[in-house]
Amino acid sequence: MMLKYIGNRILQIAILLVIYVAIVFFLLHAMPGGIKTLLISNPKLTPQAQEAIIRAFGLDQPLWLQFVDYMKNVFTLNLGISFSYYPTPVWNIIAERLPRTVLLFTVATLIAFFVGFASGKSLAWNRGKTTEYVSTIVGIITYTIFTPLLIFVMIWFFGSFLGIFPLNQFLNPDLWIHTHLNAQVIFLYILLTMLIIGIVMLVSYLMALRFSHRIRTRRLIFYLSTIIAVVFSLFFWWISPVGIYAADILWHMVLPVMTVTIISYAGNMLVMRDSMLETIKEDFITTARAKGLPDKVVRDKHAARTAMLPVVTNFVLSLGFVVSGGVITESLFSWPGMGMTLLDSTLAKDYPLAAGALIFTGIFVLFAHLAIDIIYAFLDPRIRY
Amino acid sequence: MTDSTNTTVETTEAKLESPISIRMKLMWRSFKENWKIFSQSKIGMIGLYIVIIFAVAGFIVYPILADTVWKTTSLNAMVSYNPVTGYDFLQNNPAPPSWAHLLGTDPLGRDILAQLLYSTPREFMLGIVAALITVIIGTLIGTIAAYFGGALDTFFMRVADIVLLFPFIPFLIVISGMMQVDLLTLALIIGLLSGFGGITIVLRSQALIVKSRPFIESAKVSGASDSYIIVNHIIPNVMPLSFLYMMFNVTGAIFSEAVLSFFGLLNIKMSWGLMIYTADTAGYIIGSNIWNYWWLWLPAGASITLLCGAFYFIGRGLDEVVNPRLRKR
Repeated sequence: MMLKYIGNRILQIAILLVIYVAIVFFLLHAMPGGIKTLLISNPKLTPQAQEAIIRAFGLDQPLWLQFVDYMKNVFTLNLGISFSYYPTPVWNIIAERLPRTVLLFTVATLIAFFVGFASGKSLAWNRGKTTEYVSTIVGIITYTIFTPLLIFVMIWFFGSFLGIFPLNQFLNPDLWIHTHLNAQVIFLYILLTMLIIGIVMLVSYLMALRFSHRIRTRRLIFYLSTIIAVVFSLFFWWISPVGIYAADILWHMVLPVMTVTIISYAGNMLVMRDSMLETIKEDFITTARAKGLPDKVVRDKHAARTAMLPVVTNFVLSLGFVVSGGVITESLFSWPGMGMTLLDSTLAKDYPLAAGALIFTGIFVLFAHLAIDIIYAFLDPRIRY
Repeated sequence: MTDSTNTTVETTEAKLESPISIRMKLMWRSFKENWKIFSQSKIGMIGLYIVIIFAVAGFIVYPILADTVWKTTSLNAMVSYNPVTGYDFLQNNPAPPSWAHLLGTDPLGRDILAQLLYSTPREFMLGIVAALITVIIGTLIGTIAAYFGGALDTFFMRVADIVLLFPFIPFLIVISGMMQVDLLTLALIIGLLSGFGGITIVLRSQALIVKSRPFIESAKVSGASDSYIIVNHIIPNVMPLSFLYMMFNVTGAIFSEAVLSFFGLLNIKMSWGLMIYTADTAGYIIGSNIWNYWWLWLPAGASITLLCGAFYFIGRGLDEVVNPRLRKR
């Protein structure tokens, strides 16, 4: 049943993807003069290169034929050739940069989710106190703060005033100059490690459910296997020769991750607070209190669990927003991911790359959406597919 | 009593007010009640004060100052100086705050405070135009989809799903990189794009609740047409929620404009985001230099944050009016 549900979602996502690509395509062609004029007026390309691109992409054919071709090309990852990095294909650039964005966002969103969840929980519980007003106001300010302003302050405070975090670039060139390693490989390894830990956590959770009915035993199994997985992967990175490069990347990642977290935790926090306030008024909370359960148990076990679902929904809805914030974060921290590629290629009038980056940003959001949908189905016992 | 009945009926008929004035009175009363709830929320009031301060500064203070202090004056016999566009030759630019320039000057020798105030009405216009378009589209589509249901409903909900999934700012970046976008076009684009998005889903579900109430049924029985019911019964009842979402949309629009002009993608003369862009491209906002030239980015950035935050605060305050469950017990 679960598989059927996931299959359904994947089908829907695929349809959305086709529509999305169609919109991007027509956007490109709705430009004044169309893409052909843009191509010819680009000074970076020689006439021969222009000819080659026009012929290769059939820009002299009727629109609908071009559209069919474009669709086909997108799904075979043939996204054209970048104008500004001629003759590198767009897909190579994107394949190099996508893992960086995925890593940055996965880490930042996970942290933001848990921080928002925990702080929203205690906000609702301490309703009406001064701390509630202060943290609500701080939360809204960080939520609506002009992202570049926040980044300037962060760069100044951590990079320049305290001088503890590196600025600009995503790795230390002095360290990397002595190696033939590609940064992309390290990124993929880091992502793989995270995926393995995630899978171990999920599997151990499911195993624990099967294994025992006692909460304490379940928790023991879950935490123990998580810790073992984390320690084991840390050990593996420690003995491997590339560990230091991974550490370098992670060290450069701290500041961008912190920024994205600060921008996006407040949205979760505010929704959690509202949802918690509604849950607290329910009868079963009164019952739990009347039973004489400790305050903390009522809050964490009874109220927070029920109140969590709207937060996950909000999380889905705010994903586009977080990615948008990421464009600014990436370009200001010189983190060469999808957002920075998108901005740079737009500024350089490199349309194939810009369109490719836009499409893959969309795909990234769509897949994150899918992942959250599946998690949601796990969390909400009312969803029976 | 019995003999006076006739006269009282006459006098009450004479006293009977026109429906319009009754409606006005009712609106005034509900406004007073809602105001009472709203004014109890500290956050909403803070937001309102900040918005009022900005509005006064932009719409009243700036024209006065522009006519008196910031008139295009001649610095000497040769050069005249306009604080918003001109170059102040009397000093090295960018200059830190001084009595001549209260917030200093930017690398192009323009007065920061004058630029800030000059841009304020434009930011308001952009935010409010974009939010109005969003809310009008969202309310119409939401109520129509809820009222008629069926294929129309499904279609608009799927459209809303797609729009929700869109990475909004990357999309705007690509659009504005490809064509010349000025402030009004941007307001239109933002308004249209977000009008079909999440707001329709929220307003549709609210309209569905309203639709199931008995008075809609009785209006139908007494022969009201579909459009009459939508315009006169459903829309007034979802209006508070639309108004709430309008506030959040103002925040979004101002923020998007600031980001786009910060990247120098918009075809506009002056805005808060553009002020930071100017300082950034001139190389004054790099690493350890940042704090040495604080007046180049802090006032503009703080204004964007404050105005965005203020509209969001108002939205939160209104949330407690519209959403009775959030009120204190």
